[in-house]
Amino acid sequence: MDLARYILRRAILSAFVVVGVTFLVFVVAQVVPSDPAALYAGPRPTAEQIEKARVTLNLDAPMPERFVRFAVSMASGDFGVSYKSRRLISQDLGVYLPATLELAIFSTLLALLIGIPAGVAAAARRGSWTDRLGSLGSILAVAMPTFFFAMLLQMVFASWLGLLPLSGRLSREISVSDPLTFVTGFNLIDALIAGRPQVFLDALWHLILPALTLAAYPAGIAMRLTRSAMIEILSRRHITAARAMGLSERRILYGHALRNAVGPALTMIGLSFAFALTGSVLVEIIFAWPGLGRYVSESILSKDFPVIAACTLVVTVCYVLMNLVIDLTQAMVDPRVALT
Amino acid sequence: MSGLVRRLGFGGAAGLALILIFALLAMLAPWLAPYPGQGLGDPNVIAKLKPPSTEFWLGTDHLGRDVLSRVIFGTRVSMSAGLLIVASSLLVGLPVGVLAGYFGGWVDEVLMRVTDIFLAFPALLLAVLLAAALGPGLLNSIVAVSVTWWPWYARMARSEVLVLRGQPYVEAALLMGVSHPRILIRHILPGAARPLLVQAALDFGPALLTASALSFLGLGVLPPTADWGKLVDEGRKFFPDRWWVSTAPGLAIFLLALAFSVLGDALRDAEGGKRDDPA
Repeated sequence: MDLARYILRRAILSAFVVVGVTFLVFVVAQVVPSDPAALYAGPRPTAEQIEKARVTLNLDAPMPERFVRFAVSMASGDFGVSYKSRRLISQDLGVYLPATLELAIFSTLLALLIGIPAGVAAAARRGSWTDRLGSLGSILAVAMPTFFFAMLLQMVFASWLGLLPLSGRLSREISVSDPLTFVTGFNLIDALIAGRPQVFLDALWHLILPALTLAAYPAGIAMRLTRSAMIEILSRRHITAARAMGLSERRILYGHALRNAVGPALTMIGLSFAFALTGSVLVEIIFAWPGLGRYVSESILSKDFPVIAACTLVVTVCYVLMNLVIDLTQAMVDPRVALT
Repeated sequence: MSGLVRRLGFGGAAGLALILIFALLAMLAPWLAPYPGQGLGDPNVIAKLKPPSTEFWLGTDHLGRDVLSRVIFGTRVSMSAGLLIVASSLLVGLPVGVLAGYFGGWVDEVLMRVTDIFLAFPALLLAVLLAAALGPGLLNSIVAVSVTWWPWYARMARSEVLVLRGQPYVEAALLMGVSHPRILIRHILPGAARPLLVQAALDFGPALLTASALSFLGLGVLPPTADWGKLVDEGRKFFPDRWWVSTAPGLAIFLLALAFSVLGDALRDAEGGKRDDPA
């Protein structure tokens, strides 16, 4: 019963937050800029053109009406038209969103695969060189500016060593002469659907550097969280009991201790994914990754507010929903959560 | 001096030393930079994109300006951006959190729901949207980041106050008929501010990283002012063939963020707060 009430409360709060977020984006994108109509009308517009744009954009309507219209059109997936390209933003999002999601999911996996085992190893041998090296790595990873790390990785692995591609999602031979048919927008999946293992490997190859860049910070955090959670759990009695029973250290660590650290791990998935989504704004221009982040950062210079607003809103709503799912999962896995 | 090292540990003391060095660079930039004019933005087109040499220790950029001088002058902008973000966020977040925690009820509900809305955004995206709407410029980018930053302090202050409000000395003050503003300022604020200040020291690094990111995206200082994020961006067009233009400012951001995070950790440990390592 308590669980049901908790779910209801969280759902209502999330709905409230989504409305609030929409309002804030509306205010920032449509009220703060000096004159959206002049931007919409293009370079050096006449007074007449601006007036026309004002009507098209519905800027002369009263504020509450404008907000309701904005919210309704956003909710129905109509994000308006880009000031710069005059293309439908929803159309662009359909192409760019999968590219960013592919990168974000891959980098989240990478962050967890690096951070959690590193944290377990550090906790298992506290004070050892593994522990110190891991802690140092996590401190460095957290202080590194994402955009600079991206450039360093490019310099070392692409320019000097020539091991990995410099930028892009696919090699030019594939993307230009023999492109992949768009099914899901996830190149890895589309390559498998098309039955082209060569392309799959190529896409994977291109993913590594940008994903590694985005994984560094969350991996550092995940390492710290796992380490402290594991240290706490390893001192509990059931672990001592397991040791007394003569279980192998490996089974104790991964079978008994790590299972109890699932809660923080869920939180870490949320953190990593959110970091990857926002970090994409910085990383995608550097790696020429045709996704949401590059779409946003290229819209900054042209003051293309509808694009920035739509992307901010889409990502934020994804983020709110993801947090809701994580909280609810956590409440189901661990009944103590719902009591607060 | 040795007492300080003992209290902060080697890492914390090293972090503090590094911060002091950067602060000195910022304050004495016109005297320490080898080419102060170029640090402020004067072009020097006869020496475009020269690699590091004895004449230009860290090379020159696309307008022939000495990278070392640019980085030294950039210290002023980058450091003050980080400080101003944290300070203005504290200035907003602390009162909001204190009021919410102290009065509770509908005041708490309203303030915290507004806070929730701001917290729901991925911070960098909201900052980008805001900075773009306000237009480029250092002050605007600081405002934009602060808007995404204060809710964390509001939340933290609120939970501190919830603990303090139940303390016997606060109850005693209430019973004695001390007014709310006086209790807030004399008895609640000092207790709530202390842990927040430690958090602020820890947050300087992330604030610097976010401000640099905005600047890198072209939403920070206007040319010809030097700022580390902007300098990295300027060098990107020539990277990695002419690596020296971006590398020095990038490393500067990294080092200062690192110094603050190490110092922050040491301060937290010295405060006897919760450590990563419960040993």
